[in-house]
Amino acid sequence: MIDRQTLAKLVASDIPAGAFVNLGIGQPTEVADHLAPDSGVVLHTENGMLGMGPQAHGDDVDLDLINAGKIPVTELPGASYFHHADSFAMMRGGHLDVCVLGAYQVSARGDLANWHSGSPDAIPAVGGAMDLAVGAKQVFVMMNLLTRDGKPKLLPECTYPLTGLRCVSRVYTDLATFLITGDGVVVRDLHGISFADLQALLDVPLKELS
Amino acid sequence: MNAQEAVADTPDGATVLIGGFGPAGEPVQLIEALLESGAKELTVVSNNAGAGENGIAALIRESRVAKIVCSYPRQVDSRHFDEAYRAGRIELDLVPQGNLAERIRAGGAGIGAFFTPTGYGTTLAEGKETRVIDGKGYVLEYPIKGDLALVKAHRADEHGNLVYRKTGRNFGPIMAAAATTTVVQVEEFGAIDPEHVVTPCIYVNRIVHIGRAV
Repeated sequence: MIDRQTLAKLVASDIPAGAFVNLGIGQPTEVADHLAPDSGVVLHTENGMLGMGPQAHGDDVDLDLINAGKIPVTELPGASYFHHADSFAMMRGGHLDVCVLGAYQVSARGDLANWHSGSPDAIPAVGGAMDLAVGAKQVFVMMNLLTRDGKPKLLPECTYPLTGLRCVSRVYTDLATFLITGDGVVVRDLHGISFADLQALLDVPLKELS
Repeated sequence: MNAQEAVADTPDGATVLIGGFGPAGEPVQLIEALLESGAKELTVVSNNAGAGENGIAALIRESRVAKIVCSYPRQVDSRHFDEAYRAGRIELDLVPQGNLAERIRAGGAGIGAFFTPTGYGTTLAEGKETRVIDGKGYVLEYPIKGDLALVKAHRADEHGNLVYRKTGRNFGPIMAAAATTTVVQVEEFGAIDPEHVVTPCIYVNRIVHIGRAV
């Protein structure tokens, strides 16, 4: 099993140099801390900016400059600002190379559930989750493979309300990295668990990387 | 013109587009003036449903909002929305953020409706017309227009052209174009290079000088 920071480092190492990337709120945000300074990766934030820099502190805090999580951030050389319709057109139009999202559940086909727990008394809030799911060229999910009570989050079918259909290309978890392919779910990396033990945890048929 | 005068004629039942994403670009003083105007039964279109005690949260607290169209109502301190929603005092129309933006853009651009992939196959597309185009599923979405738009910009020139500041731009340009009457609060007046105008003056009806918050 790898810890949260190692997982963020692994995702960061898989982002191609020069890529335009959107990092979702929460755990995916930590990927930014592990991007090499010379990677040339440009971060997009859906509230209307390319070239987002690290979180702002102290005198650098400017309430007109925040990320999608409403946290004050900084701008890097080459940054640009645009309105919301342009920002989501950029996303929906397939111009972003990679988007990294958290998830409640992912299905074997790459369906994503990450916006609603399905609980009847929850106040629903979707934000940009559905737009991100369908927009980027590749959608990476970062999550723990199992819930706190040991239930798998990679499933034959999602049981929570869906965010998008067949949109996830990879799933990075604490136990393994999965590639969602037209040919099924392929295990790319194992983190301290055998293929057989991993398969025993999941109802999704797994393939070894050939 | 001050903020109170700029929104004084807002009728009950109006649809009000309110700019801002979190604190950035939120026209706080115009929203306060709208509250003072006494207008009620409002439909508010905004990304969030207010936080803390100010802005949209105050409108909801004072029961002025019958319906809110937004993408992300739930926040750590969105207690007035949460309370009104759980008590059934406010109707929520939840719209994915990019669809919200594009529907507002379409409202200002004279588009009748459009097909978008966002939300296809999800509960938020239930009951909506869908179509498969080139093997990909799309949902038909309709434009959103407002009777009134409240927008915050950084600077206006004497003609009403606008520029925004950083991520404070967010919904401003598209909401300004999608409302019958657009009221803008600005931090400063001054010349703007025509090449740098973000919202041309044709979309702007009233400007209120507020200055920068400290």
